Amino acid sequence: MNVYLWLIPLLPFAGFLINGILGRRLPKWLVTTVALLAPLGSFLVVFVTFKFSIPQPKNLHIPYNWPYFGLPCTESLGQWISAGLLHVDFSFVLDQLSLVMLLVVTGVGFLIHVYSVGYMSDDEGYARYFSYLNLFLFFMSVLVLAGNALVMFIGWEGVGLASYLLIGFYFQKKSATDAGKKAFIVNRIGDVGFLIAMFLLVANFGTLTFSEIATKLGQDPGWQGGVVTVIGLCLLLGAAGKSAQLPLYIWLPDAMEGPTPVSALIHAATMVTAGVYMIARMHVLFNHSPFALGVVATVGAATAIFAATIALTQNDIKRVLAYSTISQLAYMFMACGVAAYSAAIFHLVTHAFFKALLFLAAGAVIHSLGGEQDLRRMGGLWKKLPVTFAVTTIGVLAIAGFPPFAGFFSKDAILYAAFLQGPNGRLLWAVGVVTALLTSFYMFRLWTMAFLGKPRGEEAHLHESPWSMRGPLLILALLSIGGGWIGIERASGWFNMERFTGFLAPVIGAKSAEGGSAQLELTLSAVAVGVALVGWLLAYLFYRERSIVPARLTGALPHGYKLLSNKYYVDEIYGATVVKPLLGVSRYFLGWVVEAGVLGGLATLLAGGVRFAGAIVQYWQSGNLRSYAAWLAAGAAALLLFLLVPWGVVWPASMEFVWKATGH
Amino acid sequence: MNSFFSHEVPLSWYLMLSAILFSLGVVGFLIKRNLITMFMSIELMLNAVNLSFVTFAHQWSAVKGQIFVFFVMVVAAAEAAVGLAIIIAVFRARATLAVDRIDLMKL
Repeated sequence: MNVYLWLIPLLPFAGFLINGILGRRLPKWLVTTVALLAPLGSFLVVFVTFKFSIPQPKNLHIPYNWPYFGLPCTESLGQWISAGLLHVDFSFVLDQLSLVMLLVVTGVGFLIHVYSVGYMSDDEGYARYFSYLNLFLFFMSVLVLAGNALVMFIGWEGVGLASYLLIGFYFQKKSATDAGKKAFIVNRIGDVGFLIAMFLLVANFGTLTFSEIATKLGQDPGWQGGVVTVIGLCLLLGAAGKSAQLPLYIWLPDAMEGPTPVSALIHAATMVTAGVYMIARMHVLFNHSPFALGVVATVGAATAIFAATIALTQNDIKRVLAYSTISQLAYMFMACGVAAYSAAIFHLVTHAFFKALLFLAAGAVIHSLGGEQDLRRMGGLWKKLPVTFAVTTIGVLAIAGFPPFAGFFSKDAILYAAFLQGPNGRLLWAVGVVTALLTSFYMFRLWTMAFLGKPRGEEAHLHESPWSMRGPLLILALLSIGGGWIGIERASGWFNMERFTGFLAPVIGAKSAEGGSAQLELTLSAVAVGVALVGWLLAYLFYRERSIVPARLTGALPHGYKLLSNKYYVDEIYGATVVKPLLGVSRYFLGWVVEAGVLGGLATLLAGGVRFAGAIVQYWQSGNLRSYAAWLAAGAAALLLFLLVPWGVVWPASMEFVWKATGH
Repeated sequence: MNSFFSHEVPLSWYLMLSAILFSLGVVGFLIKRNLITMFMSIELMLNAVNLSFVTFAHQWSAVKGQIFVFFVMVVAAAEAAVGLAIIIAVFRARATLAVDRIDLMKL
């Protein structure tokens, strides 16, 4: 059967073109229709594909022949590069991994489009906003569907572009455009890693196609460490840039300058998970390099606890969520680092649900409060915004890891997989548990400060959001509750994620859990839930009415509090060590020496030379026709003389004549 | 028919005539002041070249040379049309045809 994979990216692209070119002239309802149909169409294509790619159970009575195609299915849209032995096609590959990603990207993407209709309804750049959003979906689906690294790179760069455009959406605000530039430039550093990895792949494997790389790696057991490690580390640099991991995470908190639905879609649910997806896509390579995997795990663990500690002290509701996103992405990196790729993808999916939910709920709060983002001026909102309060509660419970909410299953899968990886894995597990404690604490802190207690700000025109915003919130809330259940195997009783792993196994390979048991898993998850409860309790003690604990604590540890609330001064450190020197080199060396000195000097020299030559030659330009004619005739005569006279004979003869004539 | 008429005029005669005509054209172009005379000198040069073309065409029994003559004549006709138009325009503007006085382009 025919699979129209190209439709998936094409529909949002058409939406982008229509709204981008004509949007300002179209009526608003038409813009909305186009903007919503594009992701909805893509989602339907993905969903139908998903349905048809699963063989139906035999014992089920099906009245007609269920068409079914096997995964993976490849679709090539033509040749792109053919140079020597290197061939790169515009190829799309649909397998279980890209299918899961596509379902999340187009599904959550559609919900956020719907939400945006309500959220952005008063904005002047309504059509522009939706055209960017559709453009993002286009590039994201290209990234996910890519059959080789180069096509993936198109999507990779494209989502960066869309992210830049949307962060700087309120371009009248300097902070927003600055944040957009920061995101773009920091991502560029990661892209260098991706590019170098691709060059190394071409040099060592002669191909960029994922399946061929896997085949070549499988053929020769000699591929171990060495160049594979280098490629893996370069890829990790790229992934760290896109997924906001140490040391390149700094752009994500600033990216909150964009509209809140954008933060939900791009900077929480989909784009930032591209790094995790890329590592899962390249997992064969990482499996051949334990060192690179170790670095992935280390980066993940370090980022998880780093970002979680910063989140403790932030007062901007979106920034808390941003640091929480970094921390949750770090969980996924940890999972990749212990080669539990399916756990990483599982957490990616559930995180997309609950983090999109939390961001959208935060957006609803901000929307209701007329743009207020400071947690210290919220409070007591539960009575005024009951729906928002309910869904936020679900989101917070999910991210904190309470059963039966989605986050519990996926976080547990990661912690369990880490625990089974020997002593280093135990360390990872410990870091993960501490991070879970911190996560639970800062999320309940947010929840308590925003919704409980007494109102701290003015609440003149408090109102619940329109239905276009509440609808997606409710759907995402349902997904945040039930999204984790896809991991439960009905038969095996306990909640290991056999079913999800089994679905992904053809791509990623099933990982046998050595030394694991249901008993152990139960204990570990009990620890995780206990830790989450402790976090909740602490948050309650700290932030209930008239609590003096936070003040006393900051009084006791002023430096610690300052360090955290200033985000470890990382921006300042980067500013002093990277940005300042770079700017200095640009301004003084490149600007003055190279630009003004060398280039400017060369240009001046050239112009001077031409002017000098012109000053001499201008005397030929007498304006006298007859002098021109004379020069012409003289030139022709000289040319004739040169051509007709046999100088080879005349010259020696004349020299001899002169010689003799001078008396020799 | 006596032998005097049975012989063709030798090639070198034609070429010499051509060279003389061409040189006359060059000299005329260089020493004359009147634009129209100079213009006629150019025509003289072109036709001198035409003569040698025809000569060689006859000598080698090749038709190419004669074709070239036609090209030259066409170009010459076009040039005459444009050139004379320019000369008339110059005369109307400056009331003179002495080239020494038409030197606006001089620095």
